[in-house]
Amino acid sequence: MRALTHGLTRRSIVLLAVLLAVLVALPLFAGDYLITVLILILYFAYVGQAWNVMMGFAGQLSLGHALYVGLAGYLAAFLFKDYGVGPWIGLLAAIPLTMAAGAIIGFLALRFGVTGVYFAILTIAFAEFARIGFDHLDIVNGSGGLFLPVVQHDQSDLWLLRGPPTMFYYVILAATVVALVLSRLLLKSRIGYFWLAIREDEQAARATGINTFRYKMAAVVISAGMTAFAGVFYAFYYNNLFPEQIFHISRSIELIVGPIIGGLGTLIGPIVGAFLLTGLSETLTSALGAVGLDLPGARQVLYGICLLFVIIALPGGVWPWLARRLGLGEPR
Amino acid sequence: MPLEIYLNVAISGILTGLVYGLMALGLSVIFGVVRVVNFAHGEMMTVAMYMAVVLFSTLGLDPLIMLVPIAAVMFALGYILQKGVINAFVTRPESTQFLLMIAIAIILVNVLLIIFGPDAQGVQTSYSYDSYAVGPLIIDATKAYAAVASLVVAAVLFAFFRFTRTGTAIRGCADNHTGALVVGLDVSHLYALTFGLGTACVGAAGVMLVLLVDATPAIGPAYTLLAFIIVITGGLGSMAGALLGGVLIGLTEAMAGLLFTPSAKSMFGFAILVLVLLFRPQGILGKAAR
Amino acid sequence: MTLLSIQGVSKHFRGLTAVDRVDLDVAAGEICGVIGPNGAGKTTLFNMIAGELKPDTGTIVFSGERIDGLSSDKVCRLGIGRTFQLVRPFPGLSVEENVIVGGLLRRSHVGAASERAHELLRRLDLYDKRAQTASSLTLPDRKRLEVARALATDPKLLLLDEVMAGLRPTETDRLVAVLRELNSDTGMTIVLIEHVMRAVMALASHILVLHHGAAIAQGVPEAVVRDPAVVESYLGAESVA
Repeated sequence: MRALTHGLTRRSIVLLAVLLAVLVALPLFAGDYLITVLILILYFAYVGQAWNVMMGFAGQLSLGHALYVGLAGYLAAFLFKDYGVGPWIGLLAAIPLTMAAGAIIGFLALRFGVTGVYFAILTIAFAEFARIGFDHLDIVNGSGGLFLPVVQHDQSDLWLLRGPPTMFYYVILAATVVALVLSRLLLKSRIGYFWLAIREDEQAARATGINTFRYKMAAVVISAGMTAFAGVFYAFYYNNLFPEQIFHISRSIELIVGPIIGGLGTLIGPIVGAFLLTGLSETLTSALGAVGLDLPGARQVLYGICLLFVIIALPGGVWPWLARRLGLGEPR
Repeated sequence: MPLEIYLNVAISGILTGLVYGLMALGLSVIFGVVRVVNFAHGEMMTVAMYMAVVLFSTLGLDPLIMLVPIAAVMFALGYILQKGVINAFVTRPESTQFLLMIAIAIILVNVLLIIFGPDAQGVQTSYSYDSYAVGPLIIDATKAYAAVASLVVAAVLFAFFRFTRTGTAIRGCADNHTGALVVGLDVSHLYALTFGLGTACVGAAGVMLVLLVDATPAIGPAYTLLAFIIVITGGLGSMAGALLGGVLIGLTEAMAGLLFTPSAKSMFGFAILVLVLLFRPQGILGKAAR
Repeated sequence: MTLLSIQGVSKHFRGLTAVDRVDLDVAAGEICGVIGPNGAGKTTLFNMIAGELKPDTGTIVFSGERIDGLSSDKVCRLGIGRTFQLVRPFPGLSVEENVIVGGLLRRSHVGAASERAHELLRRLDLYDKRAQTASSLTLPDRKRLEVARALATDPKLLLLDEVMAGLRPTETDRLVAVLRELNSDTGMTIVLIEHVMRAVMALASHILVLHHGAAIAQGVPEAVVRDPAVVESYLGAESVA
């Protein structure tokens, strides 16, 4: 517990506790629509947190994270549909799969010195391979899509992840909290310090005895492994998977916008970013609908403009700015 | 399959590849000099494509004739964009640059969507279905014209960088930013100029591409990716490399489409990209130290 | 006992010979100075010892093991700590965190590394500034921070690259005292590149002089500073009173 809260101001601990309490109690008085929106927000918060481990901590920009989401989702869905294997078991299989994929990409990149923009493009290439590959993979029905049997809405089956939105809400909320706690513990541990050193100045980190290859690999693999849960969740929540959608580059970009806007390298950044962006998106949809300007594309233009504005005005991200404003101490 | 079919497809791929090459040339110039990762490259090309479509459908002006004016407009837009918005981001971390360009890309794509709708729009000229017979080979007239025009534009750009003072100054900036400042070059103006040249290139490429491919707002991202693949494969900093890369990718796509399924054709481009990144990161014609 | 033995080490950069067949033996517990004009090859020599560069010829043996060509992190783990000529602390991390990173090399818990860090920060007069961000420190403080960080890795040999540059005389004297203490208390072997002769004379028991990559003199300080070749190429006649 001490490791968890050490360094946080009293104000921020209180704020976090209040926020958590509100989120836990929310389904009692919120309608289905709000819950669905929050599920989306928390999904992006979770997956953004996972991505942030690779980028914010170890400084490796991955633009192909949808690869891990898709691999995990497909594996778990396939095992469930064809063999009746429950999603939590499926997750146990999906995590090693995504970690292996991450290890391959990480190894290739680090061993061959592929960094920065080139690394990012390499990750895009692999995600595209998966997209095209799965389109032709008949055992998961290729481009036709993989569909999971949908059941009654009112029963909650946590083991099989079948149930009403409220159940999914609590699952993703718990996952996000776990991700946050895990990231915080990692950051405060030896590996976390090494990651920060590598991110700050890789050459100096090496001169201080850090085996940068090993720790960068660790970040890539851990990040990929964490993302597996997002894939499994996605599959069982939406009940259908299409290679064209789940591996698409817009998915990869979607999930990085939150952490970057929220505050790269900070723990709360991805969460703040997710709330902001999904909130913005939904608000724009309703606002435009109300005004009658429901043109396809109109929402995205405004979304893009808001994005632009935040990028230009708040270089470090929203969370660092917010944290200072609210007197919450140094954002970490 | 008879040899002629292979050759025809190959030639078709090479000619299209030259247009790709011109598009990639624009990116190479931007990425190589200003060092900004232009993730809106394909989207900018789409803008030019639509300009050509509009001019053709309303005023009946042939894209090849409108090449220079459209490129000029694209140049101006690029210059303003760089000077006004992007310049502040040149020193920022790559992830922020990505996001900036992605935001711009989102805006561009969706503005086009609002104005033109999602349906494909093309340009059918009087010579759209013409072809030349060279021995047993059949060459598409539009592809031939587009390819030739691409080469001309590339040559003009090359001459500019090689033989003019401004071109040399830009090359100096690319080589050594601080040195350029010290010598008194107006770096931000030169950056804006370079970005403008890049967008002019991609604009010209777009004008020619619309003769070959229909325009929809959604095709931008795929071409951005293609441009990056070509630039990396051909070699950053090498103009001939961009063209060579374009030809290579165009050829690969065409042959892959013929020999395998059409939907898998971009996979080969990616495979080449991965191999280049791992084994020859400077690209085919790039300089060794990255 | 010879801790570090450099034999016939050279480095060429495309036609330029940066280091030309240099020999140097450093005994355990010794403080050795490396001096010479700018461009003499001193930092290049350091970079070869520390694993940033691979020598073109020659061998470097540390504690009985050959280390030439090993990577810089491996060399650090073997027991050589270094500072950089253009100082490089981890800018976004606090002073304390910088040193903890070093301490974590040989300790698996942040708590233990933190204790070691505090100990070193006190020794180097940085304890009061431990919560400040490294990038907000003055240059002399950043230099001391780098020394603390290198020391936290528990090296047997410390390579200091122009660590006195830019310091005022009082600051120089203070750092000299700290290094001397370190050497007498813990037996830490130190090799330092320096232009500040006052520091070199106060600390070193053995000096190597480089010029155009080659060793032009080596020996006890009193003899080396009177060596005519050294006077001519570097020190200048006025320095030999």
